[in-house]
Amino acid sequence: MPISETAIAADRPLLSTRHLRAYYRGLVALHGIDLDVGAGEIVAVVGANGAGKSTLLRAIAGQVARSGEIMFDGIALANLPAYRICRLGIALVPEGRRLFPRLSVEDNLRLGAYARRGPERFRPLELVFELFPRLQERLTQRAELLSGGEQQMLAIGRALMTSPRLLMLDEPSQGLMPRLVDDIFAAITQIRARGVTVLIVEQRLAEALAIADRAYVVQTGRIVLQGSAREIAENAEVRRAYLGM
Amino acid sequence: MVERAGRALLSRRRRELLLGAVVLALLAALPLGVSGAYLRGLIVLALLYAGLSQAWNILGGYCGQISLGHALYFGIGAYTSALLFTRAGLSPFIGMFAGGLLSGLSAFLVGIPCFRLSGHYYAIATIVIGMMAALLASNWDFINAAQGITIPFHGEAWRNLQFRTAVLPFHYVMLVYAALMWLIAWVIEGSRWGFYWRAVKDDVTAARSLGVSIYPSKLAAAAISGAATGIGGALYAQYVGFIDPESAFDLSLSVLIALPAVVGGIGTLWGPLLGAAVLIPVQQLSVAWFGSAAGGIDLMVYGALIMVLALSRPEGLVSFFHGRARQEAVDHG
Repeated sequence: MPISETAIAADRPLLSTRHLRAYYRGLVALHGIDLDVGAGEIVAVVGANGAGKSTLLRAIAGQVARSGEIMFDGIALANLPAYRICRLGIALVPEGRRLFPRLSVEDNLRLGAYARRGPERFRPLELVFELFPRLQERLTQRAELLSGGEQQMLAIGRALMTSPRLLMLDEPSQGLMPRLVDDIFAAITQIRARGVTVLIVEQRLAEALAIADRAYVVQTGRIVLQGSAREIAENAEVRRAYLGM
Repeated sequence: MVERAGRALLSRRRRELLLGAVVLALLAALPLGVSGAYLRGLIVLALLYAGLSQAWNILGGYCGQISLGHALYFGIGAYTSALLFTRAGLSPFIGMFAGGLLSGLSAFLVGIPCFRLSGHYYAIATIVIGMMAALLASNWDFINAAQGITIPFHGEAWRNLQFRTAVLPFHYVMLVYAALMWLIAWVIEGSRWGFYWRAVKDDVTAARSLGVSIYPSKLAAAAISGAATGIGGALYAQYVGFIDPESAFDLSLSVLIALPAVVGGIGTLWGPLLGAAVLIPVQQLSVAWFGSAAGGIDLMVYGALIMVLALSRPEGLVSFFHGRARQEAVDHG
């Protein structure tokens, strides 16, 4: 039930899924998702808890069993393992950050860089330090000793170190103070300005829709609404019916 | 900025290497201050186990795959070298190389089915495979079955790695082995593989999402760890001059190989050496002092020490040295 058909930024989307089904603990968690993300866009996936938003990202990243079609820049991903998908240029910042707690900030970033070969692999470090200068001050500190905000910065920084073309963020604002949430969302906008396409799953709807170009609303594993972020944010009926705003 | 981060890492790594060189020099000079064949023999054993445990640490510590079947690789290394020496007259250096290669290959082959298991099931599988190997070795006539192999004395010479009159040469042989294992661990810590293994150990899902291919990573760790253990087995065979299935394939040996790393600090550069420096002398001395008394007192003393260490220092003996650094990090956080 789309409220409008919005043209995708590029003629051919960078990422597209068709009839994507995903399975979680033996149950069908996604029921045929059709989604497009154009190069250079920020696309938000919003919806209530348990709607299947995180499963959608994990299905694209190859971390859950799935069927259907997933195309990334002309390459079919549905049968590829997670590590190959990462090396193709898709990075996932998972829910809960999943840092390596006993490794230092530097080593966490280094791990991201090893997804690439050659001396150029450390080049994204400049962008990471520019976005999150605090990480540079904390280089030798163990990840488990960072504050929640710094951990989120490190999780995003680590993903950026893989030199992704598509950055997928799963609830980046989770557990953060409002001021830090603003910082993280500002950083996401800057990341897009550097040419990285962003697909974001978020429960903080106002903030997510404010930075996104387009959005999809997911309910019980199905897309029930799609359109420009502004249309979805401004439609009072839609907000009441689907988003509880 | 990139250069600065690189320099910081380099200086930390150089400090570790420098410390390694200092410890190596101290251990090389140790025989000057220790007299008596018994004490020197004890140090030789501690150095051997420091090397063996560091080899185990590559798979169990860095990669997080707890193997309780490393005696298999030790035994393959020991038997390969001993058989080549006794039956083909080949130098133990060739035997060591062949034994290491075979042990590495065995660890790789064991890993193919076993790394499809996860967590404790992998550890259980390695115990079972180790016990099967011990049983096979005890009944295989080609390798003298339960009787074992006595390595004939071909003359006191470095090329034979045989010294009947002095313990000192073996002090340096085992020191080179332990130092080599330490150096391998040092190289691994700074390499892509080392980072991959630590990622696999901490969080498989996060590792995958960073482009780490889990299964080949584990197989590579197993092969290197197995080969390094096999070389230690070959050295042991030349040192003791006799091997049998009980001394080369037993489950208790697998535990003894893993323990120094666990007690010293699992997945750390210095843990295996520290653990071996404490555990091997205590184990040997408790046998010497209490072994002839009522059955099992030596084992009780040894077990009690491990319990005390595990309870007081769950992160291993290395945490004695890390405690201050961590507190400073918290203070600045």
